[in-house]
Amino acid sequence: MAIGLHDSSIKNPVIRWVDQRLPVFTMMQKEYGTFPTPRNFNYFWNFGALAMVTLMIMIATGIFLAMNYTPHTTYAFDSVERIMRDVNYGWLIRYVHMNGASMFFIVVYIHIWRGLYYGSYKAPRELLWILGVVIFLLMMATAFMGYVLPWGQMSFWGATVITNLFSAFPIVGEHIVTWLWGGFSVDNPTLNRFFSLHYLLPFVIAGVVFLHVAALHITGSNNPLGIDPKGPQDTLPFHPYYTAKDSVGLIVYFIVFASLVFFAPNYLGHPDNYIPANPLVTPAHIVPEWYFLPFYAILRAVPDKLGGVLLMFGSIAVLFILPWLDTSPVRSMRFRPIAKWTLFLWLIAFFVLMWAGGKPAEEPYVTISRIATAYYFAYFLVILPLLGRLERPLSLPESIALPVLRGGGPMPAGAVAKPMEKA
Amino acid sequence: MRDLKRGFRNLVGAMALGAAALGMATPAQAAGEAIAIPNANFSFAGFFGTYDRGSAQRGLQVYKEVCSACHAMHLLSYRNLLEIGLSEDQVRALAASFTVTDGPNDLGEMFERPARLSDRFRRPFPNELAARAANNGAYPVDLSVITKARADGANYVRALLTGYVEPPEGFVVAEGMNYNAYFPGHQIAMPAVLNPDQVEYADGTAATVDQMARDVATFLAWAAEPEAEQRKAMGVRIILFLIVLGGLTYAVKRKIWADVAH
Ligand code: HEC
Ligand code: HEM
Repeated sequence: MAIGLHDSSIKNPVIRWVDQRLPVFTMMQKEYGTFPTPRNFNYFWNFGALAMVTLMIMIATGIFLAMNYTPHTTYAFDSVERIMRDVNYGWLIRYVHMNGASMFFIVVYIHIWRGLYYGSYKAPRELLWILGVVIFLLMMATAFMGYVLPWGQMSFWGATVITNLFSAFPIVGEHIVTWLWGGFSVDNPTLNRFFSLHYLLPFVIAGVVFLHVAALHITGSNNPLGIDPKGPQDTLPFHPYYTAKDSVGLIVYFIVFASLVFFAPNYLGHPDNYIPANPLVTPAHIVPEWYFLPFYAILRAVPDKLGGVLLMFGSIAVLFILPWLDTSPVRSMRFRPIAKWTLFLWLIAFFVLMWAGGKPAEEPYVTISRIATAYYFAYFLVILPLLGRLERPLSLPESIALPVLRGGGPMPAGAVAKPMEKA
Repeated sequence: MRDLKRGFRNLVGAMALGAAALGMATPAQAAGEAIAIPNANFSFAGFFGTYDRGSAQRGLQVYKEVCSACHAMHLLSYRNLLEIGLSEDQVRALAASFTVTDGPNDLGEMFERPARLSDRFRRPFPNELAARAANNGAYPVDLSVITKARADGANYVRALLTGYVEPPEGFVVAEGMNYNAYFPGHQIAMPAVLNPDQVEYADGTAATVDQMARDVATFLAWAAEPEAEQRKAMGVRIILFLIVLGGLTYAVKRKIWADVAH
């Protein structure tokens, strides 16, 4: 890169002046304007943008909550109710934040599953995928600590159960737990540090999201066919094509989000969290938020505490090495007749775990959890490595443009205007 | 277009599956020994429901004359009662009928004065231990958010208050406890506090146990979610707006994509 003013193509003199010295406008133009994007995305490709918007919503609502929230065991519960009652539109801010966490996980789960189905984790996007898993882990930590803040019964007992997991580690376990708590039980020091970290981590997430997108813009996006674009006939400029398509998805998403916030704001929550935390009274069933249930089920599927903890962390750790476990060079499951069904089965196992995680740890739920857990891991550790060698994939299309145009008439020359017959 | 349809189908399928799992996961959290709670068809249930003001005001009377002997509602202030249709004079008079401790004054002493609009509801007991001491060791919980703190809250409260029936054959009720058909475990420390004509309603409504239970449940539901009416009304407008905006956005998207074969 040469030293000196950037050679800006922007016309507006003021923006141009800035752009010559700090070419952020050129960068935006390149990364979100003309950025060549495969022309065949389906609506699953909306979910990255949806996740980004949700992160911004969480940060915005979180900052306003923090202005009125008191991180002290005596006041935390009442301060949240005060937000709901006495802060202007406080109920809206709080319910958006509370349900936003659920929406965030719904979006990210679909986003991850999209990656699994279309093989987006494979070369050359391994690091991009790994950064995604890092974001997922940070999100879980953030949501877990956020749930502790309103200091209800589930806040307190959820925090107690989850932090106690670390005591399973031999020798250092107890010390880790005391260190996490800042004392000998979940108490005010715990609440204070969780608040501090809950405020911090979303900004760390934003940083990793930046790296995630930066990596994406090096390799370019995958697409439903899983084959690389061969030239300009296979791609479209991001703007206006995908800005328009993402906008459609965003509005549909907002409708779902708004339905939850305005008509069933506590549907996904647990009523016990409206009972102020009481260290002397243990709730009948301690259950985490719904988005942790699959992992909670894996934890409880193992009779040994340490084994359960290791398996639970393992269920996410395995995602890190997934790019090297899947030995098939074919990305999209559309062309993998067997793997496709094993993946659908994996999705079912995931939902079964979610369901079983919300049930008490007794039969038949434990056995069901064990079977689903076994399949969860077998898919990654056995099926994918073997199928890459055994399965015979369907023949791949020659290019993205070809199947798209099959019988569809000649290619329009670039984005030249044509009568808009479909409008 | 074919691709697009398929994409949409996949998406809808995945979402439906997810929603089904969520639907199954959520009630599961309330698992345990399930007691069916009768649905009282409250005026505020549903997308467009609003609080029946008359019922909420009668419920306030029940709370004030019965429940407030044991249960606090410390998240509410007297001024909040303006929202259930009482006039400012009525609320001022109601507040003034309670005495609260204020201070310290210029001499550094605490003093008593009649409550004002800005005061929180007076608590029946100075602290939890005093409340327990007066109730055989059981704690009458704060009722400010009770309908959010129990599954199907309003219906549950109504059922609980009307659920004092004879225990089934062979059921042993412990000393100082009462049998209740809807309380988890069926033994509750709270006695049957509502008896026919326990209160005298100013509007002439007959004070049956069921009527009082309904009214106080309405009042408590309002107290727990005073924002519910504003919330639902805003939700309707926002969702209608989003549907229109979504239609326009989709039309724009179609126009932009019209010259691309896909
Ligand atoms: C004589 C004191 C007293 C009065 C009056 C009283 N309660 Fe209670 N209430 C209690 C006690 C004590 C408990 C705790 C019961 C237990 O945990 O076994 C309780 C518990 C409750 C509960 C919680 C049940 C649960 O699921 O944990 C509700 C709801 C309730 N009362 C509502 C009311 C309402 C409404 C009124 C007025 C109509 C009322 N109470 C009047 C003493 C009282
Ligand atoms: C990754 C983004 C975030 C996630 C997933 C998240 C998640 C959560 C969750 C699950 C709760 C509990 C909600 C409840 O039951 O009441 C919560 C509460 C809270 N969060 Fe966040 N949050 C995020 C970002 C933020 C940010 C950036 C801030 C501050 C700047 C913030 C501040 C708060 C506060 C003050 C509370 C307590 C109030 C309450 O409980 O409603 N959050 N968060």
